[in-house]
Amino acid sequence: MIPPSFDYHAPDTLEEASRLLLANPEAKLLAGGHSLIPMMRFRLAEPAALVDLRRIPGLSGIREEGGSLCIGAMTCESALEKSDLVQSRYPLLADTTRVIADPVVRNLATVGGNVAHADPGNDHPATMLAYRASFVASGPSGRRTIAASDFFTGPFSTCLEEGEILTEIRIPEAGPGSGGAYQKFERKVGDYAVAAVAVQLQLDGGRVAGAGVALTNVGLTAIQAGAAEAALVGSDGGDAALDAAAEAAAAAADPADDHRGSADYKRAVVRVLTHRAASSALARAREAS
Amino acid sequence: MSSHQISVTINGEEHTREVEARLLLVHFIREELGLTGTHIGCDTTSCGACTVLLNGVPAKSCTVFAVAADGAEVTTVEGLGNGGLHPVQQGFTEKHGLQCGFCTPGMMLTSKALLEENPDPSEAEIRWGISGNLCRCTGYVNIVRAVQRASELMKENSDG
Ligand SMILES: Cc1cc2nc3c(=O)[nH]c(=O)nc-3n(C[C@H](O)[C@H](O)[C@H](O)COP(=O)(O)OP(=O)(O)OC[C@H]3O[C@@H](n4cnc5c(N)ncnc54)[C@H](O)[C@@H]3O)c2cc1C
Ligand code: FES
Ligand code: FES
Repeated sequence: MIPPSFDYHAPDTLEEASRLLLANPEAKLLAGGHSLIPMMRFRLAEPAALVDLRRIPGLSGIREEGGSLCIGAMTCESALEKSDLVQSRYPLLADTTRVIADPVVRNLATVGGNVAHADPGNDHPATMLAYRASFVASGPSGRRTIAASDFFTGPFSTCLEEGEILTEIRIPEAGPGSGGAYQKFERKVGDYAVAAVAVQLQLDGGRVAGAGVALTNVGLTAIQAGAAEAALVGSDGGDAALDAAAEAAAAAADPADDHRGSADYKRAVVRVLTHRAASSALARAREAS
Repeated sequence: MSSHQISVTINGEEHTREVEARLLLVHFIREELGLTGTHIGCDTTSCGACTVLLNGVPAKSCTVFAVAADGAEVTTVEGLGNGGLHPVQQGFTEKHGLQCGFCTPGMMLTSKALLEENPDPSEAEIRWGISGNLCRCTGYVNIVRAVQRASELMKENSDG
């Protein structure tokens, strides 16, 4: 299947990329191409022009700075897998990247593309909600920082405005007593989730002081399960709190019947995965205390 | 619709061509250059039959535009052996790591990159490493043995 024709641009600066996007309203950005090119082949996307980000310097890399883990939008998944920093201090992110697609896809698929694509089946959006991450965007009117909770506005849509480019993802720096986990149930390697759950916890003196819980592929966007978070905060992380969080997460899910299962089944999967993710996150947070 | 002049170094040889923006790297390799060792299985980024090394890293060439590979170094199965058989090819031969052979070029390129990063992988690491390359024939058992054999051969080569 040959994708439809388009004009190709590979600018050297963000300013030039924004200018090209504004000048071509039917243009799309190209990052790793591993969501966009398959969609173009199926004619689900027919952009008149592609603006490739690959030549723009400074868009990839992983570092801790100013209280955040900063990930350049063009950083590929395999770089997260190989990063000692991510593997040792950000277990929720480490769990997430290794269940995205397959090892060959992860060599090209980018973190920024995963977030900006906003497919309800993408795994990073829920993880970013659980982390309380923020996104840096650069556009015609300068740079701005957007909270993950404001970013995802619908299936395949975000609050990015015309000409805006996601440049960096910022996750609050891991401190003592923090830990997280991602639990995904998939039919086979490389498949999108039947359902998946991201949990990030902050312990303080043996009690849960902060919790992020978010769900993948059980709604039109990734869902932040506020009631599940509330069930954990203030608790000692005992079974009763985990059960309550799991029930609340299942209630927050809004899945549809499809080839991956019925809505009821997916809700049951969310319940089980929330329990597993929360207990794994707790164990890791205790280890980091 | 735009067309572009690109230069791609494939198996050590630079090729310069004028290509349409929508031309996929796999078609550039197979049709423009006639290197048909790179296969097309699914055309949906799932099977890995089209895997090549793009700047040393396994990539599904059905999901890369040729224009985006301008300036890149690409290795296809034709460039693996460099005259004789590469240890990975030797391993696949000795351990019968293939039946129909359709997945084999991609499987070997992924295995080569895996062994360069991790010269002594466990069985689980091999299975994990090749999980983006599908084989409909072998059941993977002999592919795993082939990669293990290649690992031994590569160690012997570097010791000797
Ligand atoms: C076989 C297969 C299995 C997969 N399985 C999974 C999976 O299990 N889980 C999962 O999460 N993903 C999965 N993916 C998707 C994969 O992770 C994608 O690569 C990712 O969703 C998009 O990243 P990309 O860099 O390829 O973006 P592209 O495909 O290049 O772009 C995707 C969209 O985001 C926009 N965009 C890209 N970068 C930016 C930016 N910096 N600023 C603004 N907009 C931008 C583009 O314009 C485009 O609309 C799978 C893909 C394949 C092919
Ligand atoms: S042909 Fe490219 S992944 Fe199947
Ligand atoms: S040998 Fe036939 S597909 Fe692998």
